[in-house]
Amino acid sequence: MLIYIIKRLLLTIPTLLGIATITFVLIYVIPGDPTSGIVGERVSPETLKQIRVEMGLDKPFHIQYISYLFRTIQGDLGRSLSTNQPVSESIIEKFPNTLKLAVAAMIIAILIGVSIGIFAAITQGSFWDRLVMVLAVFGISTPVFWFGLLLIFIFSIKLGWLPISGMGGGNPIYLILPATTLGLRSVALIARITRTSMLEILGENYIRTARAKGLKEHVVIFKHALKNSLIPIVTIIGLDFGSYLNGSVLTETVFGWPGLGRYAVEGIMKQDIPVVMGTVLFGAFVFVIVNLIVDILYHFLNPKIRVK
Amino acid sequence: MKRIYKNKTTLIGIIIISIFILVAVCAPLISPYDPFKINLEERLQAPDLKHLCGTDNLGRDIFSRILYGARISLAVGTIATFLAMLIGFIFGTIGGYIGGKTDKLIITLTDIMLAFPGLLLAIGIAVAIGPGLITLYIALAAVGWAEFARLVRGMVLSIKEQDYIEAAKVIGASHIRIVLRHILPNISPIIMVVASLRIGSYILSEASLSFLDLGAQPPTPSWGSIVSIGSNFILTAPWFSIFPGIAIAVIVIGFNLLGDGLRDILDPKLKGKMRIGN
Repeated sequence: MLIYIIKRLLLTIPTLLGIATITFVLIYVIPGDPTSGIVGERVSPETLKQIRVEMGLDKPFHIQYISYLFRTIQGDLGRSLSTNQPVSESIIEKFPNTLKLAVAAMIIAILIGVSIGIFAAITQGSFWDRLVMVLAVFGISTPVFWFGLLLIFIFSIKLGWLPISGMGGGNPIYLILPATTLGLRSVALIARITRTSMLEILGENYIRTARAKGLKEHVVIFKHALKNSLIPIVTIIGLDFGSYLNGSVLTETVFGWPGLGRYAVEGIMKQDIPVVMGTVLFGAFVFVIVNLIVDILYHFLNPKIRVK
Repeated sequence: MKRIYKNKTTLIGIIIISIFILVAVCAPLISPYDPFKINLEERLQAPDLKHLCGTDNLGRDIFSRILYGARISLAVGTIATFLAMLIGFIFGTIGGYIGGKTDKLIITLTDIMLAFPGLLLAIGIAVAIGPGLITLYIALAAVGWAEFARLVRGMVLSIKEQDYIEAAKVIGASHIRIVLRHILPNISPIIMVVASLRIGSYILSEASLSFLDLGAQPPTPSWGSIVSIGSNFILTAPWFSIFPGIAIAVIVIGFNLLGDGLRDILDPKLKGKMRIGN
């Protein structure tokens, strides 16, 4: 087990290096002078030269690349062009908000997704089963940002039940709409996979045995079937984490949620390259770490894989 | 073909997609107004018989803009998917066919690409090259190719071992000939099917990038950007965002239904169990 974890950890190093390389290349190919954002148009050639030397922009590609890697490893992602604040500091400040939103979304997705998935499986072929599956296709196909606007329109503007945007100083009521928006895709995915997985297990011999020996149906469903259906469900939850990072960019924009996604979008609007690339790099980093954790958990959960 | 008609899901998907293709092709004929014509006297009008989906902040007819928007969505969706498939095909074939260190390098490269949350990477690329229609093609293809490369590589690996490839080698066929004449025809149908099923998710990504103002620039009517501009008027003119969003959802539903249905048809064993897909 330990050997597996170490091996898996070592395997992430080239991936992380590759991610940093790609973000560096993206920064390097950006047309225009990166100094212009800092000093503006009217500046003497001498000052400009001095700033370029200070920023290391006069050095050749490979030296800049190596220095970028070293700075990145030390957690230095540069400074925002508009606020001059270190990007890494802002990321650390905003990441907990995104995490909070993602966790809330995940809880909603698991609770609703698993429940309606089981419901669809035990009513297989009925009207309800079909309805759940139709809703699942809607959930996967609906643009996140549009669904968020729709929720705002219905629940905030028309009904006036929930706040339109912001975090409201941590009041959980502000979480409901953004978390539902962010979780929508996952609800659909989890419902589908739960249904598939349950149907497969419900056809097994040991389920027939359990029923034959007179166990109550809810014991069969929850104790025997659900437990054995969990692995694909856990896998899809882990694999889908990237969609939370992607989705948070859109959801946070719609709801004015002060997290990483909104930070990146503000960077896009102000053409603040260090902010955008810093967030992209950090997002990929988080994604790699989450995948690592899921892999290890998976290894832990599934004895069949462990033996191999 | 018969099975396609029997499978309701697929049929509905095909009908939805066909309608959108028709709309995209015939947009100039069927749209009631010029989608670019600004008419400030009629700004932000609610939907009525004159303007089926209302008007936007510049008084343009939203229904006409949605019809024209189908062109952008379908064009970006198909072209970006095709580009991703092409790049994926080249890298996947090289990796699978040559094997060894080249293959390892390509696997590492795809690993890195797949380690990025797709939309974030697309945002990074779009910011680096600047917003625009061409940017959308590049960003989406650059993010999507790795998935196809993996798929192609796996298929090439298994076909490479077949007797007829050995036979071709023995009679002295060149590598290029083997790839183009023997491997390509065997894998292209499956790759094409997979690619066509992915168009929906590319359309969704296009809409997201346009929503973030990284896609086609105004006044081009792109669904994502109409929703984005409309979101500023959600209090007073909700129709502005709601209708183009419905268009995005419906076309993506069309592609997803087609995908679910085709999976059933291609793999009858999974029918019932997998109709829901994964």
